[in-house]
Amino acid sequence: MSKIPAAVIGIGQTHHRAKREDVSMAGLCREAMDRALEDAGLTLDEVDAIVIGKAPDLFEGVMMPELYLAEALGAAGKPLLRVHTAGSVGGSTAIVASSLVQAGVHQKVLTVAFEKQSESNAMWALSVPIPFVMPVHAGAGGYFAPHVRSYIRRANAPSHIGAIVAAKDRNNALKNPFAHLHNEGTTVESVLASQMLWDPIHYDETCPSSDGACAMVIAAEDIAKTYDAPAWIQGTAMRSEPTSAAERDQVNPQAGREAAAALWKATGITDPAREIDCAEIYVPFAWFEPMWLENLGFAAEGEGWKLTEAGETAIGGSLPVNMSGGVLSSNPIGASGMLRFAEAALQVRGRAGEHQVDGARRALGHAYGGGSQFFSMWVVGSEPPSN
Amino acid sequence: MTVAFDYTRSTGPVIGRFLTGLRDATIVGGRLSDGRVAVPPPEYDPVGHQAVTEFVDLPDTGTVTSWTWVSEPVAGQPFDKPFAYALITVDGADTPWLHAVEVASPDDIETGMKVRAKWAEERTGSVTDLVFVPDSVGLDTPPPSGSGGSTSDEVGLIVTPVSLDYHYAASPEESSFFRGLAEGRILGQRCPTCRKVYVPPRGACPTDGVPTSEEVELSHVGTVTTFCIVNVPFLGQRIKPPYVSAYVLLDGADIALQHLILDIPAEEVRMGMRVKAVWKPRDEWGTTIENISHFAPTGEPDADFDSYKHHL
Repeated sequence: MSKIPAAVIGIGQTHHRAKREDVSMAGLCREAMDRALEDAGLTLDEVDAIVIGKAPDLFEGVMMPELYLAEALGAAGKPLLRVHTAGSVGGSTAIVASSLVQAGVHQKVLTVAFEKQSESNAMWALSVPIPFVMPVHAGAGGYFAPHVRSYIRRANAPSHIGAIVAAKDRNNALKNPFAHLHNEGTTVESVLASQMLWDPIHYDETCPSSDGACAMVIAAEDIAKTYDAPAWIQGTAMRSEPTSAAERDQVNPQAGREAAAALWKATGITDPAREIDCAEIYVPFAWFEPMWLENLGFAAEGEGWKLTEAGETAIGGSLPVNMSGGVLSSNPIGASGMLRFAEAALQVRGRAGEHQVDGARRALGHAYGGGSQFFSMWVVGSEPPSN
Repeated sequence: MTVAFDYTRSTGPVIGRFLTGLRDATIVGGRLSDGRVAVPPPEYDPVGHQAVTEFVDLPDTGTVTSWTWVSEPVAGQPFDKPFAYALITVDGADTPWLHAVEVASPDDIETGMKVRAKWAEERTGSVTDLVFVPDSVGLDTPPPSGSGGSTSDEVGLIVTPVSLDYHYAASPEESSFFRGLAEGRILGQRCPTCRKVYVPPRGACPTDGVPTSEEVELSHVGTVTTFCIVNVPFLGQRIKPPYVSAYVLLDGADIALQHLILDIPAEEVRMGMRVKAVWKPRDEWGTTIENISHFAPTGEPDADFDSYKHHL
């Protein structure tokens, strides 16, 4: 039984900021949702179901916020599903929404993801004491920095690769009016001169803490084909793995490799570096660009940093990555994965504005979460899926 | 264990207007698209979904439409004596509001009873700025008017402390690990299927799903596989930065433990460095990993990269 082709017909996002004190959580979600609905020319009454995602509830201290948000999101009388897969949740939420359409359950699904980090402190929320672990943990940076060190050693990478990524993404963000950080004049030298926070990770190689939301309307083929430039969902994949297991590969996780392999198979892509025109990859710490280039199969193991160093991941390179400025420039955690998926869709619709890659016809959206434990990714294209 | 945080909540314009009203001793309702008045006002219209923008100042009297008796109040509730929670339809409103009614016994409240607000003298813009009392009760102070706070600014940000106390129940496998630590031993267990040695032991091997079983006493010496230097201070941090957070692969184990490296300048710590556990004085031991103060260099030559690279 084949899937019903589905496409993104509406995209909306907030202006991401450190503190959006002018809006509540509901207001933040509605800002993105109302823009996505306007883009699709639909009203809330016309969508069949709502799928919401956000990262751990401890970030805002509202347990199961979808319960209180239901009415404000216009979900009364409709199915409302909440998805949670840590930092990858924005991606997996979009995949759950697309699955409901591809399976023929619904025709038009609105999906939204958000985080309002200013309501608490993510460093605190990610470092709460665990009884049997020495309290050396220090937020996400403290978790990932040792694995970045492992990557540098395994790949024999020069120490300035992370700074190249950070400078590129911060300059890309200058072309994106929605991005949180608009840091003019970021250079490799200025990144390397910034404070060493979690050695080997510098301050400027880390993502900000943002308030923001992203929303998309996903519709079935019959509806989507009446739209000008829908972003067709050509394939999706999700995989999970344990956070800690003996001899687990923390640099090049198996779940990410297997999700990518499944995605390339589903989309008939045999040479992703050539067949994908641009990618929005979840890079909260700059070194994860080369790490995920390898994990996704864009480069052989140990070779990802060479693409970055050669400038191939800049706009104008052979594989532009994070044209929007990426997670390094806007990080409303729960929404960050959906922003990757939505930015990929904007590219193949030709609607990415100043950060548009010329002639982008196939783009990757990618997210990961937990201790590199959850992976979600999709390929969107300007043409309907061929299989 | 306790997890607690004072969350800062952005109210948005609708909840902010409602809370500003409470601070000023006024109950503010929102008019819905079908003409009804709702208290508290919802942020978005339940029918048309648009933002609620029309507000109505209401009297501080109403009618009990349903109620329940709280015979044993708990911390954080409006009273430290028995009281009623009631659904109260404020006069002029069409939807009920859950609030507290101060009465001495369940015999003193009934559905249909008229109630009035008893406002706190110090009001902050919070739902606890008032409680309800039977309308028949004479108030010993006149109803306040105007702002209760020192400012007439709109309430836009509120602090909502959240605290959770809980007991952690260790699994049988974890218990063996903690009891070993209390005796100065580091106990792992081997998975009966994949034969990997886990420390701490696991109720379910991540690969095979079965409990680790065969006890393996581990060396107090191991290899730093990888690490980071934490230079960033943050709320709730237990160790003063800068410090080295490292993965230590104990000799005989197949998975690394996270721990602290001391007795060497942070910039001299290396991947492959050999380290040993340094224990706190015995009289400070409990059933905790913190019995080990830290790991310190042994002075042995570094381990070959090939010997631990599959643990990265």
